[in-house]
Amino acid sequence: MAVGSRSAAECWRTFKLAAWLGWQMESNWADPFLFSIYSIVKPVSHSLILVVMYLVVRGQAAGGGLFAQMYVGNAFFLYVGQVLFGLTWVVIEDREFYQMFKYMYVSTPNIYWYLLGRSFAKMAIATVSVVIVLTFGRVFLRLPIHASTVDLTTFCFSMFFGMVSCIGMGIGLAGVMLVVARHGGHASEAVAGALFLLSGAVFPIDILPRLALYPAIALPTTYWLEGVRRGLLGSGMGQTMAVFSNRELIVVLAMLSLVYLILGTLTFVMCEKTAKARGLIDMHTHH
Amino acid sequence: MSQAIITEQLRREFRVDKEGKRRETFVALDGVNLEVNRGEIFGLLGPNGAGKTTLIKILSTLLSPTSGRAVVGGFDVTSDPYSVRRIINMVSGGEHSGYGILTVRENLWLFSQLYGIPNKIALERIDRLMDIVGLSDRARTKVHKLSTGQRQKMNFIRGFISDPEILFLDEPTLGLDVETSRVIRRYIREWVDDRPDRTVLLTTHYMAEADQLCDRLAIVNQGKILACDTPSALKRRVGQDSVLEIEISAQAGQLQPLAELSAQRGVRRVAISSNGGGTLTHRLSVIVDGDGAIPEVLQFLAQRGAIVTGFKKTEPTLEDVFLELVGRRLTGENGSQVASKG
Repeated sequence: MAVGSRSAAECWRTFKLAAWLGWQMESNWADPFLFSIYSIVKPVSHSLILVVMYLVVRGQAAGGGLFAQMYVGNAFFLYVGQVLFGLTWVVIEDREFYQMFKYMYVSTPNIYWYLLGRSFAKMAIATVSVVIVLTFGRVFLRLPIHASTVDLTTFCFSMFFGMVSCIGMGIGLAGVMLVVARHGGHASEAVAGALFLLSGAVFPIDILPRLALYPAIALPTTYWLEGVRRGLLGSGMGQTMAVFSNRELIVVLAMLSLVYLILGTLTFVMCEKTAKARGLIDMHTHH
Repeated sequence: MSQAIITEQLRREFRVDKEGKRRETFVALDGVNLEVNRGEIFGLLGPNGAGKTTLIKILSTLLSPTSGRAVVGGFDVTSDPYSVRRIINMVSGGEHSGYGILTVRENLWLFSQLYGIPNKIALERIDRLMDIVGLSDRARTKVHKLSTGQRQKMNFIRGFISDPEILFLDEPTLGLDVETSRVIRRYIREWVDDRPDRTVLLTTHYMAEADQLCDRLAIVNQGKILACDTPSALKRRVGQDSVLEIEISAQAGQLQPLAELSAQRGVRRVAISSNGGGTLTHRLSVIVDGDGAIPEVLQFLAQRGAIVTGFKKTEPTLEDVFLELVGRRLTGENGSQVASKG
């Protein structure tokens, strides 16, 4: 029991310090003023691309309806980029650029908690970006987000399980990075791209061909984005998801998130074992 | 348990790419049996590729052994790596490691906290160690602004920050200036002497470092331990032999016949090294059974047309022990040739 509680304390300590390190690395690279400008400009530019695309394709002003659904989906998809791509990059950066991964590996009871901590910092950064994007949308694009109509329960549960699923996928991909060279980082971009397409981030999944619809409804991110839309805007996007009530949507999302967290963790454990067996924990691939 | 580290028949193989798509098995460690006592500085001495770093990686839980067993501080590295990590720390020399965005102090503080060192003790320890290695003036400098040597000093401090039971130092003074290396060696000695349960396993290919610092040494070559003893006992292996350092001037074509010197009576080992680039000056290291063989050696060289331009008789060093055991010098020079009896 003593050993168990000591391990839990060590894991928690590792998590906290990794989150602190992650925040320092994300926010400490420039002076605070420059960092503030960057933090606003980057996500706003990201969403303006969508606004311009919408204007060109639809030929009408941005605002409510379909645009609001797209805007919100696109905004929350920032988490996927930060957590998924960010976690895989943590492995590559720590191992090959900072050359610190092996020291972290031998300094912590389990490197898994270090990566979880770093993912928490990524989530914090993504949260800042998402809040900026939504505020910009509310103020300048008149998104129909009103305090009186927000379904906080659906939103909070969707966010919680959505983050669990993102971390699950991110941990799995980080595990894969342990056994591949530096250029393996492109795999996470491919995964993020596939998720953008299949999760219905900016369009309803109804328009996907049937073959793509099956993986789309097996992804927790699809339910998560639908949940945050319903929570913030009061309605979801498309017919496929409309068959679920809010409660059913959360239940399916919770189950899928758990499955993805378990799969991600198992993938990480297997890859860590392989990396240790093949001597890859401290490799420098120079790619 | 008086042993800090025990290895039994430890073997590590790697699959390496060869020409084409063929893969071959490279044996980095070949049945290594080792016992390191608590409270000692134990050195692994060997050339690059001997298996020293591979052994440290296994002992520090970074790498799994192919077969055999390794126990660190009473914990098996394969079945209980978490317990091993709690009592060890490691430093690799010659690296460019460190979180560049953090200051030196922040980097060190981060690792002290990972090990759960109380904040006050950690900060005092960081300041003291920075003072010892001469890094105090860089405490608030971001790591990306440090030179490689300064990073290495920081890395060295990081190894000691947790006050581990067992510390692995892989070429800790590689690339450091003479004065800093001296300070670091002195600190390692003091650190171990200060508390009897602290143990250091050190790899080096600096003979003087091994001789000066290590209580016991293992000479490693091609994944095998060739000898293991105190430095003085190892040097006694060369015994009453004399070691001759002879500088000669000779054409490249005259070198091959000189290898026959080893067949002369009283000559035990011969190593010929040159600086390459078509130079005429070469160095012969000759171990002879006694002073009586010296005239014969000089006569042999004269008969082969080699002009002796320098001659020195020395006491046996670890370098000579290595030459005796392996048949070549550890300090790599271009164009080494070796001849030996038996």
